[in-house]
Amino acid sequence: MIEDQISKNILNRIQADFPIHPRPYKILAEELGLSEDQLIDEIKQMKQEMIIRRIGGNFSPDRLGFYSTLCAARVAADKIELFATTVNMFHGVTHNYQRDHQYNIWFTFIAPSIQEIEKSLEIISQKTGVTEILNLPATHVFKIAANFKV
Amino acid sequence: MTTSLTELEKKVISLLQTDIPVCKRPYLVMAEQIGISEDKFLDVLSGLHDRNMIRRFGATLKHQKSGFKANAMVAWKVPEDRVEAVGNIMASFREITHCYRRNPAPGWDKNLYTMVHGTSEDECFAIAAKLSEATGEKDYTLLFSRRELKKTSMQYFEN
Repeated sequence: MIEDQISKNILNRIQADFPIHPRPYKILAEELGLSEDQLIDEIKQMKQEMIIRRIGGNFSPDRLGFYSTLCAARVAADKIELFATTVNMFHGVTHNYQRDHQYNIWFTFIAPSIQEIEKSLEIISQKTGVTEILNLPATHVFKIAANFKV
Repeated sequence: MTTSLTELEKKVISLLQTDIPVCKRPYLVMAEQIGISEDKFLDVLSGLHDRNMIRRFGATLKHQKSGFKANAMVAWKVPEDRVEAVGNIMASFREITHCYRRNPAPGWDKNLYTMVHGTSEDECFAIAAKLSEATGEKDYTLLFSRRELKKTSMQYFEN
């Protein structure tokens, strides 16, 4: 848990709307009632302590013209390792979990087009012999949580 | 979908996916890495921002879900004419971090997905029951993750 109020204020402010300005930390420092040097020191400290993992841009596939989907596969126990290795080789597979269900492998897939995903799923089927792979593209996002109040 | 990005914009996006330096002029440092001026870098960045290309620009915290030890993907079958209302109700719960409508598939009729976070698996079941109560939707299944096989961030326009 983060105890001191200065750190909390910084963390609650810097998770979004990072200033687009030659001196972004100066702008943030002014908002937070700190000096630029003080803010830079505090942020460096929190990065060292791994409280802040990174500062940067987070992008959504759809906004960049990419296509994303969730896939669910029914994979026999003795094929799970082969299947996971094969699926994970694809750059666009970002999350992959084994879950307790008849569809036991669930992975997300991002690619420039729906055709490329379909083609990749065919290749995965050919290489692994797993034929039951569901393609479940999202059609509406109701929520994707981004900010966490500390 | 047509999204046209210039080669320079792709380079800037590629850099923004890394870690922005913590120093007085971080954009100058990044601009130099791709051989452009700080002004140009800020121009391109502003353009991306104004076109709503950046979902979130800022810090990502470690252990941001700390306190939540269990998580489950809950898949729901909701009548299509109720999906919008139900999705919005579910999204309002703080224990839910993601809520999506997805197409069903042959042999799989679920069409709404929520990620629930709790301190235990029992608590995840309780949260799902609470969502069911709040929406009147009763056809759902909890999918607990047993093993993480891969977890990374997508790198768009990697060089």
